[in-house]
Amino acid sequence: MKFTLSWLKDHLDTEATAAEVVAAMTMAGLEVEHVTDPAAKLAAFSVAKIVEAVQHPNADRLRVCQVDTVDGRKEIVCGAPNARVGLTTIYAPIGAYVPGLGVTLVEKPVRGVVSNGMLCSGSELEADDGSEGILELSDDLAVGTAAAVALGLEAVIDFEVTPNRPDWLGVAGIARDLAAAGLGKLKDLSIAPVPGTFPCPITVAVDGEACPVFSGRLIKGVKNGPSPKWLQDRLKAIGINPKSALVDITNYVSYDRARPLHVYDAALLSGSKIVSRFGHHGVHGDEHLIALDGKTYELTPAMSVIADADGERPIGIGGVMGGESTGCSEATVDVFLESAWFEPIRIAQTGRDTGINSDAQYRFARTVDTGSVVPGLELGTKLILELCGGEASDVFVAGEAPAAPGPILFDPAYVQGLSGLDIAPEKSLSILQALGFKIEPPKDVPVAEFATHAESVVCVTPPTFRRDVHGKADLVEEVARIAGFAALPSTPLPEVPRAVGGVLTARQARARTARRALAAAGYAEAVTWSFTSRATAQLFGGGAAELVLANPIASELDCMRPSVLPNLIEAAGRNARHGFADVALFEVGPVFLSDGPKDQRTVVAGILAPRPPRAWDKRPAEDVFAIKADLLNLLEEIGAPVASLQTAQGSASSWWHPGRSARLQLGPKAVVAEFGELHPAVLKALDVAGPVYGFEIVLEAIPEPKKKAVKTKAAFTPSALMPLTRDFAFVADKAKAAGDLVKAAAGADKALIASARVFDVYEGPGVPEGSKSVAIEVLVQPREATLTDAEIEALSAKVVAAVEKAGGKLRA
Amino acid sequence: MTDLNTLEAEVLAQVAAAGDLQALDAVRVAAVGKTGSISGLLKTLGAMSPDERKERGAAINALRDRVQAAITEKKASLEAAELDARLARETLDLTLPGPYRRKGSVHPTMQVMDEMVSIFADMGFAVAEGPDIEDDFHNFTALNFPEKHPAREMHDTFFFEPKETGERMLLRTHTSPVQVRTMVSQKPPIRIIAPGRTYRCDSDATHTPMFHQVEGLVIDKGIHMGHLKWTLETFIARFFETDAVTTQFRPHHFPFTEPSAEMDVQCDRSGGEIKIGQGSSWLEILGCGMVHPNVLRACGIDPDEYQGFAFGMGVDRLGMLKYGMPDLRDMFASDSRWLAHYGFSGFAAPNSASGLS
Repeated sequence: MKFTLSWLKDHLDTEATAAEVVAAMTMAGLEVEHVTDPAAKLAAFSVAKIVEAVQHPNADRLRVCQVDTVDGRKEIVCGAPNARVGLTTIYAPIGAYVPGLGVTLVEKPVRGVVSNGMLCSGSELEADDGSEGILELSDDLAVGTAAAVALGLEAVIDFEVTPNRPDWLGVAGIARDLAAAGLGKLKDLSIAPVPGTFPCPITVAVDGEACPVFSGRLIKGVKNGPSPKWLQDRLKAIGINPKSALVDITNYVSYDRARPLHVYDAALLSGSKIVSRFGHHGVHGDEHLIALDGKTYELTPAMSVIADADGERPIGIGGVMGGESTGCSEATVDVFLESAWFEPIRIAQTGRDTGINSDAQYRFARTVDTGSVVPGLELGTKLILELCGGEASDVFVAGEAPAAPGPILFDPAYVQGLSGLDIAPEKSLSILQALGFKIEPPKDVPVAEFATHAESVVCVTPPTFRRDVHGKADLVEEVARIAGFAALPSTPLPEVPRAVGGVLTARQARARTARRALAAAGYAEAVTWSFTSRATAQLFGGGAAELVLANPIASELDCMRPSVLPNLIEAAGRNARHGFADVALFEVGPVFLSDGPKDQRTVVAGILAPRPPRAWDKRPAEDVFAIKADLLNLLEEIGAPVASLQTAQGSASSWWHPGRSARLQLGPKAVVAEFGELHPAVLKALDVAGPVYGFEIVLEAIPEPKKKAVKTKAAFTPSALMPLTRDFAFVADKAKAAGDLVKAAAGADKALIASARVFDVYEGPGVPEGSKSVAIEVLVQPREATLTDAEIEALSAKVVAAVEKAGGKLRA
Repeated sequence: MTDLNTLEAEVLAQVAAAGDLQALDAVRVAAVGKTGSISGLLKTLGAMSPDERKERGAAINALRDRVQAAITEKKASLEAAELDARLARETLDLTLPGPYRRKGSVHPTMQVMDEMVSIFADMGFAVAEGPDIEDDFHNFTALNFPEKHPAREMHDTFFFEPKETGERMLLRTHTSPVQVRTMVSQKPPIRIIAPGRTYRCDSDATHTPMFHQVEGLVIDKGIHMGHLKWTLETFIARFFETDAVTTQFRPHHFPFTEPSAEMDVQCDRSGGEIKIGQGSSWLEILGCGMVHPNVLRACGIDPDEYQGFAFGMGVDRLGMLKYGMPDLRDMFASDSRWLAHYGFSGFAAPNSASGLS
């Protein structure tokens, strides 16, 4: 919404500059987006008069002028054919920046004669009047008058209106707030009724739903032509093209009072009864309207329709746009003027359905003042009679405006209670009055609510144009914003008893630790979209219908991700295409199983695409065991029960290499993580070169640590006895998991065996075809006494027996 | 005694001539080994008279000790020479690089979130969470957005397809639904922040379809807008780690707060980049206000007994301001060079002892 300073001054008696108005608007809650201030832009330019103009000695087309300027008499060289003695025009001194040329004037000779400034054309001042040569201004203007004043240019303020303040969509509404804020005095906004001289020959019927209230009157004998210059200038300044006096008047009232009007050419109306009803399209056959924009719209039962011929023929989409068939033209003699009120939600919906965003639709969708129906009609009538002549009928009103906002019981002390502002009650009430609120003594105060301040409670009734005000908190906002937020105190929050320990939940703390641990381990944290393409989601076990967006920003981002891995893999691909193929990335973020509030999981996912620089020592790049080690270190770091985790090889999801992936689980239904090498087919689908290794941990699947009353750790009880190691080699089927043999060995004697680990895996001569040899080192920790040879023999036999049971045969 | 002198000279010459430890050991064995020449002389003592034995014995033992000492000394020098030779052989070119290691990093948005959590934790705020996929009630209705109101349209909401029941899930457009979930599930006093991902169907130079917010909520008896102002002023000073930062409150409109405000921070935009703590421009950084009585009521809290404030701020944007990242879209591009450049060390965990980053 835009307005000019002079328009504002129609309603506000003020000396404020554009900058002061903008500052006051901002602090009253109107967000100014942009100010074009010609007075600032043209500050250096002023009115001057040519007192002498002679031919330039060295150039046919140039004249050397003596000019009376604000800086005294100056010799100026000018090439304009209209530079003549006696002309009043605009002078730019040396050093001025000429906006239309984009240059700053410097003193330099023009064909041998020094020009001490410049005489300006309209286009050079970005105030194009369409004429050629330098500006020709009224001789009444005094030398030195500011160019912006002489040209009638003024500041245009463009600002954004929040949806709660439709009254700001009219200049008068802005004037009211600025007056309350102390920027000036509000002029009388009241509108005198224009008495009719004959009964309105056109009647209106409303059904109360499609249109609650509709007022109209006939004005006959008008002459519609171009509107006067002042009106055209006003509209042009805020970016509206003047059309004809009748249309310009409706636009003017719309921007002046936030009150949309509509004009029908009465001669083109069919019958003498206008009906407001819902559209019929799709209910009783088809119903269409060719609107004023020339486009055809379906009139659905969700839309308010204005129809003539006793309701038969649609002539407008109520509150949105009129029909072409009854539009006004130069030929219009009798005009029917409409001022109605439409339900905001319906108009908002109609705007979405039709795609029409007219000034009327914009205002009705945000709620037009219910009290402006007849006053708006009167203002429109007054302007039509003034600008187009004619004779007005009586006003015809059908239906009833929605009830005005009800009174609010208000204790001014609540201003301080809610805002902290220390404001006298009288001051609060005078602010409300300045904003149009009515203050009365309360009729009967509910004792319970106001027991302590019963004597100060008042009854505040919001004006009809403030339907956003419903309760006492809204009234506090009105007082606080006008009094100024700068006066708000800065009050420390009261101390509250602190929770012992940290504020994070176990999962939040784990996410935080995982992030820092992975960064320390050489992985770079990425933050990627929560969505991916549905096809990619399906590759990773997702893509359910309920997770597909109805209005995605792009087709490749149309589905909530089931895993973070595809996003990281694609990121690896992008980096590779930029020439940086070696990446280790991770992300801590959400994945989505379904659309319920409990269907979201937080995962920690990492990938490793090892493409390190070639090493002089021929050191090989990392393989899948590197990521396994990183994963297990990480799980240890975030407090997962690593010792209890089973490595279930071959049971990981389909996006992994089937032979090089595994689940880490506490049981088949408690999968903590999956890891391995990504499936080559999946990488191919994502257009990323392999190998890529990865893992994904579901933080929710890690059991919460046991809550302990104290932080004491278990006592440290090292054995005083030397540990000893014993090595074994077992032959097992090639497909046999070494982990099973190790687990069996470690479990052979839980009291004595501290750990067991593989130190060699061998296939080849000496081991049967299809088998492998697995060498295991068992660490024995005697507890009570040094073991005798016999005891060690017995322990070894137990290990061999346990491993044989698990499928490994002691190698001979 | 001449024979002893001769023998000594002979053996010492052999010791001196020994070229390596093996040769020296052979000399040792030949001289003082069990069957060595000097050991052999000692064996002759038994056949001598006591006087002769006394004199001769002392001489032989002295000889043996001198030879032993010479051997020990020679051994040490041979060992030192051998070690020197080995070390010379073992020389490595240390201008060659060590094994390649990747440098990891924490994403700046996440660093900033950790910073915010740290600052608010110090002020007694707990951390609440809610789902990214929300329903209309939590994202709009309970937050006092009227049905079909233009304020809803301004949110550029991502929707899912309607269910059979007609219900349509959506991606939360702000973290404010967490306010609702918190107030419904716990009784005042409440003091929480809710960091998380938020989504708007919008993409241009300054908007991405996903971004991060931190929501704040304080509900108690007697909490007013002055507390809100102090909380945010304190936060902003601690966050930007400067006392020079100036802020202002400006009235605004949000359906879920009344009164509502936006907070601006003073900055300098003259050089094409934004500098906090200087200049004469204002930059909007967050929205806030007193929780609307309708929101409290929708969550089962009596607005005549409890009141409080809420605020919401863009984490990515505040991070860009603090650390000078120029483009929001880069935050989500996962460019490894960008991550290395703007990322943080894993050990830079914000804390009140060493600072935020």
